[in-house]
Amino acid sequence: MKRNYMNPYVAGVMLGLVLLLAMYLSGRGLAASGGIKYCVVSLVGNLSEKHASQSVYYSKYFEDGQKPLKNWLPIEMFGILAGGFISGAVSGRLKFRIEKSPKISSTRRLVLAFLGGICFVYGAQLARGCTSGAALSGMAVLSLGGFVTMAAIFGSAYLFAFIFKRNWI
Amino acid sequence: MGPISSLPGFPAWLDLLFAFVIGTGFGFALEQAGFSSCRKLTGMFYGYDTTVIKVFFTAAIVALVGSQFLAYFGLLDLSLVFVNEYYINAALIGGVIMGAGFILGGYCPGTGLSALSIGKIDALFYALGGLTGAFLFAETYPAIVGIANAASRGPVRINEILGLSPGVFTFLLIGAAVCMFWIAEIAERKFARPEITREL
Repeated sequence: MKRNYMNPYVAGVMLGLVLLLAMYLSGRGLAASGGIKYCVVSLVGNLSEKHASQSVYYSKYFEDGQKPLKNWLPIEMFGILAGGFISGAVSGRLKFRIEKSPKISSTRRLVLAFLGGICFVYGAQLARGCTSGAALSGMAVLSLGGFVTMAAIFGSAYLFAFIFKRNWI
Repeated sequence: MGPISSLPGFPAWLDLLFAFVIGTGFGFALEQAGFSSCRKLTGMFYGYDTTVIKVFFTAAIVALVGSQFLAYFGLLDLSLVFVNEYYINAALIGGVIMGAGFILGGYCPGTGLSALSIGKIDALFYALGGLTGAFLFAETYPAIVGIANAASRGPVRINEILGLSPGVFTFLLIGAAVCMFWIAEIAERKFARPEITREL
């Protein structure tokens, strides 16, 4: 049976405690885009060792025979997938489907989702963190960069939401 | 005294185990909050569902207050907890690109992974886009490294800039959050879209 989502304030307390645990155990915040980066670095290293070793960007992840996936960020990212799956299972929400506004086609939704993923992770690499690593975790340690990144993401999102209104409502 | 992984002789493999446990808790909390639904997330920008701001600020404040209490009781050395560095241009330009990605794709990376984990096909395409985005960044890195590293201010804290103690700033932030929650509750009634929220 499908169960309702948790009360947002209760879910916020739970998320905050997980973030506090990350700070206490590992001295870090929560992250998502960083793990995606490590997956790409590992993939490129497997496909073309030459390209990875010659690039200023990739080569630093392979120094001293390091394995990119054997790092804190990618392992935490695999944990996100596991935790989301457990939550979906206990709340009866595991289901293959495309979520979208009835006003747009599935193809349009999937193309926009792909483009959105490109933009978000590209921007996150530039800003050294996404909503999790820069905005949420940054705010929790009072990082000025975290507050500015949060304002830039949400502020510009309101502008883009106005422009792309037809895709959602 | 925390962080535990900074204790002398702490094994690296155990920190990786922490990473998996923390990630699992993170993914679980995101999904329980409803962040695996793109139409719930984008509701924040059209006003019909403001779960995002409620969860986001509650979580930040719990971690902020909690860490200061742990530090006060000598259980956590905050100087050993990572503080994001501030690169003015990168934060602003990167933030705007992320804002565009949020509205195009309907997710941010963490929530996209949460949606992928329960079988959302759109989140699969979002994640593939994310891998592509990281690849494009790596390939264009030599051209963009100037912007990425410009105007660095180091790991500066917002309360220092404002000349406030961490405690006073935290109180002000809690006050601001309560006001935002109040506005959010009003917005949800004013911009209600029952035909969307019923499906979520």
